[in-house]
Amino acid sequence: MQCARIVFYPRARCPHCSADALSWATVSGRGTIYSFTVVHRRASTETGQLVPYVVALVDLAEGGRLMTNIVGCPIEEVAIGLPVRVTFKPVSDAVSLPLFVPTTSRAEATAHAVPGSP
Amino acid sequence: MKPRTLTIVGVGESEQGYVPGRSALQLQSDAIAAALADAGLDRSEIDGLFCTGLPRYSALLAAEYHGISPSFIDSTDGGGASFELFVQHAAAAIASGLCSVALIVYGSTQRSLRSRQIGGAIAPQTPQAQFEAPYAPLLPISAYALAAQRHIFEFDTRPDQLAEIVVSTRRWAALSPNAFLRDPITVDEVLAAEIISSPIHRPEICLVTDGAGAIILTTLERARSLRQSPVVVLGHGEATSHLTISQMPDLTRTAAIESGRRAFAMAGVCPADIDVAEIYDSFTITVLLNLEDLGFCAKGEGGAFVEGGRTAPGGPLPVNTQGGGLAYTHPGMLGIFLLIEATRQLRGGLGARQVEDAEVALAHGTGGVLSIHSTVILARA
Repeated sequence: MQCARIVFYPRARCPHCSADALSWATVSGRGTIYSFTVVHRRASTETGQLVPYVVALVDLAEGGRLMTNIVGCPIEEVAIGLPVRVTFKPVSDAVSLPLFVPTTSRAEATAHAVPGSP
Repeated sequence: MKPRTLTIVGVGESEQGYVPGRSALQLQSDAIAAALADAGLDRSEIDGLFCTGLPRYSALLAAEYHGISPSFIDSTDGGGASFELFVQHAAAAIASGLCSVALIVYGSTQRSLRSRQIGGAIAPQTPQAQFEAPYAPLLPISAYALAAQRHIFEFDTRPDQLAEIVVSTRRWAALSPNAFLRDPITVDEVLAAEIISSPIHRPEICLVTDGAGAIILTTLERARSLRQSPVVVLGHGEATSHLTISQMPDLTRTAAIESGRRAFAMAGVCPADIDVAEIYDSFTITVLLNLEDLGFCAKGEGGAFVEGGRTAPGGPLPVNTQGGGLAYTHPGMLGIFLLIEATRQLRGGLGARQVEDAEVALAHGTGGVLSIHSTVILARA
């Protein structure tokens, strides 16, 4: 029996049910910020990334959690629980990096938050 | 092996801090010599060797360099948790007759080599390299920062509560003659310091030092004829939950819950019985999570638990009495120094930092990015 769960990062066999026929699933690209950190020291001189920047863990709507950067908003707007959507940043001809952008402002997200809701 | 028969009979350390011109193996050599002298044993009597942290073949290289011919070696890499985990492995090896006198040793020269990079060193063929490194987290700092931020969100933990852990640890370090940072610090000073990866301020990050440590274990029966008053291993446990931080199931609940449960169950004691706790402090959040997960307080109450110097000298739960990784030493891995200090506290006679009437001690290692946990409970024989 295959379990049909979302597995991320991708791997050769399902760590839940051992199925070896994993297939690529297209997801909505929507998710929620599970946690984040604002990095104020550059990781290395090679990355060329300007500080400060946001490293986050995003829970995808369909399941699965990934590390990413939150972009497209002021850093002080970033908050746990904020809904986000994917945007792709081309890195090379073959590779694009999934980054995430908030879909509502922090104030809006707080105003609409219902106690006890995820 | 039945609990209460594995015994720590020797502990030793090299010079700590900034020790230029010495290799990791040279520092190990000093620590081993000190541990052998402490125990009153000769190196020819060591037949189990447990070592990690050298580039490859850790135990094999240590055996060659130090002139040891073991019948059992173990180079398990559990990061900073390796050493409490080695106690468990030594218990199994001695119980099954594979060795009788076990040496655990670690040494590093990270400070003088300036080998530690703030971004971290990630092997190219790992999931971390592919799925985390492109986003430029500082590893391990940002991983712990993600956990701290989530803890703040879920439990309203405050930065000043996390800063209290630095303050209390520095108060212990002031009483610890060989500590690297002996100056006191205030909560306000911690919070005014540079933020490296929010919410972590610079003083909340462990030291980078040079140093080595060694421990020798054998049976209680054998220990009776040796030099030191025996310190017995009451219980031990290890548990893992992930390696890569994005794979950690819950950033505020660590595998210390499991490793602690196993160790306490084997020991037949509970957190209230612990007189002194040496708890891995790679970062302040590491201590907070471990205190909760080991059961010293309820989940989410770690912030309140560490307030008001409760883990400082004179407080109800002495934590990291030699100054820990935040102020004493942290040559890449701290685990062995937690066991050494716990043993010394139980033997007694430490002067200003001695915890009065310490009978039961806990040493808890955390490795990776909150990934692997190992708990050891020790007592006076």
